[in-house]
Amino acid sequence: MSFDDAYQALTDHDDDARWAYGTGFADPLAGVPTAIPPDVARLDLAAYCLMLGDDALIMSHRLQQWVTRAPELEDELAVANIGLDLLGQSRLLLSRAGEAEGAGRDEDTLAYLRDAGEFRNVRLAERADDDFAHLVARLLVFAAWRLALLDRLAGSRDPVLAAIGAKGVKEVTYHREYAAQWVVRLGDGTDVSHGRMQSAADAVLPLLDELFRPHEIESRLAAAGVAVDPSTLRPEVDAVLDEVWQTATLRPPGAEGADEREPAGFGRDGVHGAELVEILAELQGLARAMPGGAW
Amino acid sequence: MSGEIRHEWPLFEVFVRAKRGLNHVHVGSLRAADHEMALHHARDLYTRRNEGVSIWVVRSDDVVASGPDDKEAFFAPSGDKVYRHPTYYAIPDSVPHI
Repeated sequence: MSFDDAYQALTDHDDDARWAYGTGFADPLAGVPTAIPPDVARLDLAAYCLMLGDDALIMSHRLQQWVTRAPELEDELAVANIGLDLLGQSRLLLSRAGEAEGAGRDEDTLAYLRDAGEFRNVRLAERADDDFAHLVARLLVFAAWRLALLDRLAGSRDPVLAAIGAKGVKEVTYHREYAAQWVVRLGDGTDVSHGRMQSAADAVLPLLDELFRPHEIESRLAAAGVAVDPSTLRPEVDAVLDEVWQTATLRPPGAEGADEREPAGFGRDGVHGAELVEILAELQGLARAMPGGAW
Repeated sequence: MSGEIRHEWPLFEVFVRAKRGLNHVHVGSLRAADHEMALHHARDLYTRRNEGVSIWVVRSDDVVASGPDDKEAFFAPSGDKVYRHPTYYAIPDSVPHI
């Protein structure tokens, strides 16, 4: 058994049933051709992979910040698992961005050595959570949107993006279910939990429109059959969210919760709030203090 | 619902069936507010390393267990009855899992 490749080492073909460690791990990109279709603009593809990769990376970091702070041990692990799923998606996407760009930047360089203005994530991903209700409201919206997006991305003409979409759909389906379950539990709970869930739902509303606003690169690549035009996702996502708000006995989020922290401009253009700068200080601190460090 | 506030969620026992396993095996316990949440938590706590294909959860309250005091009367009598093992039969190769 080779231990050079983690997947190979874990994908045992013998009949040794060491079930406690799980078996049958699979590389999501195994057998996927990595050549970029010749008619696809490489820099557009790189920028697009950064957008989807940064969404996952920054959201993942926010979720990781809940570790040691979640209300219950079981939920702490659930949130950490979701963060890890997204981190995995972001690694694949940033790696693909580096390949498409062709300038020798790998996933680590892209994650650790870019400044806030070069990040392309939507602002929903970077938003800090005031409490657990804010977390599950934000996660519900993020997962409902990303699930619709990845589902369509699975039909992309770029084989790697298609594989990442197909892998991600299974993960994000669970994220959405987890968040929806909590939104319903808190919304349809006590007076206190209902009130806090309602204000959390109101607080994500100002961040919603941006999710469906296509960047020009997304539009170009969508026309080429590579990317997903986010404006096409709105009916599906709205239907899901409306159903959850209703089941949770919440009124559809209204402008009353409008958030004053919003910067002007859009995350896809590199316009972010101070919150992203804070995240990056934490995320990149070690890598920048010890360039090229390995251990 | 009674008006009583419980400060801790009830305990559940978790059983997972492995891919190649034939039966569900007890893997541990967890706390959850209801059965649905228990199933989610079981998925998050006990199958994150690709261990399982099926999960059962059951309220720990609902498990009826034999007590240590019953040990002698329950189990000792079978200790000398080796003839209860059907070891005198040849098992055909086509009969698996025995």
